[in-house]
Amino acid sequence: MISQSFINLAYLAASILFIQGLIGLCHPRTAVRGNLLGALGMLIAIVVTMLDQKIISYDVIIAGMIVGSIIGWILAVKIQMTAMPQLVALFNGFGGGASILVAGAALIEEPSPDLQMTIATALSGFIGAITFWGSLIAFAKLQELIKGAPIRFPGMQTLNALLAIACIVLCALVAVYPDQMIYYWLLSLLASILGVTAVIPIGGADMPVVISFLNACSGLAAAATGFVLNNNVLIISGSLVGASGVILSVIMCKAMNRSILNVFFVGMGDSAPALGRDEFYEGKVKATSAEEIAMLMDGVRRVVIVPGYGLAVAQAQHAVRDLTNLLEAHGAEVEFAIHPVAGRMPGHMNVLLAEADIPYDKLKEMDEINPSFANTDITLVIGANDVVNPLARTDPNSPIAGMPILDVDKSKTVIVVKRSLSPGFAGLHNPLFKLDNTLMYFADGKKAILDLVAAYKEL
Amino acid sequence: MDTFVAALTIFVLAIYVGFEIITKVPPTLHTPLMSGSNAISGITLIGAILSAGVKMNWLTTTLGFIAVVFAMINVVGGFFVTHRMLEMFKRKD
Repeated sequence: MISQSFINLAYLAASILFIQGLIGLCHPRTAVRGNLLGALGMLIAIVVTMLDQKIISYDVIIAGMIVGSIIGWILAVKIQMTAMPQLVALFNGFGGGASILVAGAALIEEPSPDLQMTIATALSGFIGAITFWGSLIAFAKLQELIKGAPIRFPGMQTLNALLAIACIVLCALVAVYPDQMIYYWLLSLLASILGVTAVIPIGGADMPVVISFLNACSGLAAAATGFVLNNNVLIISGSLVGASGVILSVIMCKAMNRSILNVFFVGMGDSAPALGRDEFYEGKVKATSAEEIAMLMDGVRRVVIVPGYGLAVAQAQHAVRDLTNLLEAHGAEVEFAIHPVAGRMPGHMNVLLAEADIPYDKLKEMDEINPSFANTDITLVIGANDVVNPLARTDPNSPIAGMPILDVDKSKTVIVVKRSLSPGFAGLHNPLFKLDNTLMYFADGKKAILDLVAAYKEL
Repeated sequence: MDTFVAALTIFVLAIYVGFEIITKVPPTLHTPLMSGSNAISGITLIGAILSAGVKMNWLTTTLGFIAVVFAMINVVGGFFVTHRMLEMFKRKD
């Protein structure tokens, strides 16, 4: 029979492949191979685990693997790129769910668990249940099965605090009385409720933070399960994923100039602007048309396109690609300014533009492109609002004060494609819309760009 | 206690490695990074395989079965969808 040392060596090989896989993701050229290396690591880990002598029959395992593979494969093949955030949320959730069940089963199987195992089991159940239910709620919100806007009720904060305290007490009880399985299931139940009530008050534009945070949790849950089973490959993979989720959460929070606590407990856009919309914009907004923009674009040297989530909602990516090709054919330089929270998850907008065959080297990060707005003839803002709101720089009392924004107002002409003057997620008016060098093009994102392409071709 | 310290050592070192590598991933690839790392966190699968295969009693077998399904969705779906996305980032020559 195969020895445990051999199995552990194979797990070491799998861990190295996971690390090499992540290193591959550091560049678009090597990323495909990196992902394949990760998959190879997983295959090795699965195969050697199947050789473990504790396994007495394979029917249940094979059945579960077939069911899971089919579901996973269908989801991965069918999903639209715009729906990627909810898919990743769902996958995070399944990872967390698996951790609750594996840790629970391990606790039942082990007649005399030590303290490391019992504490780790409690943590697996706690983090796993929050991840599972939090992710399902995030999925339901993004998929619009439930209202995407914040859902709150009186006493919510108190309830969450009480649930958190109860979970900590139950964790201690699981650790001390591991033979009483009821504590473990009760812990999983309360943590599940906490997962729901923690995510339900969070609005759509904060989803990048939530998904990153749940990603970190799914990694930590796997690592905790590694401590339960004393299994190094689980600990290593879980920590790698946990680190990734933490880094992405921090990047997303910085991009909105908010703390993770602020996202989960305070919310955004609660206060209505003091001044009515008509008063704020009265007489200062200049509307424009496709024909006028086409004329402005004739012979320009540099155009920057700022895509926001509205562009994805309008499915305008391909129309934007056509416009880009047309402008470049006439000698203009076209680049895309991507704010970190432009989509509904980190890097989402880049994927949507890549899908429309826009080369990744045209997609510029905020810090890289901001200095170049002064040399830009036309900046075309499509479906973005808060991330181009100059109030972040000028009004220290604004809810978005200090948030890093794209300095589009510094370009010679700004054209904003938007359906109306409605405020963005932060509930603020945008002084950009009434600047002298700003033209408003009121239309649906996709139709606007298609009309613009047609008008440009007619010149 | 010794096994705990050994496990903790590995945990802390792996987090360091994770931080070092992930900070080098460009923002363009953050979504594939997330779905790909998500597939890796499906490694809980191997714990699920053991629970489902040991067949101690119906409860652990059922828990193991559901856990295998969940983790397998995570693994297969995660790697496939990441591959789909990364193919789009390839240079079109």
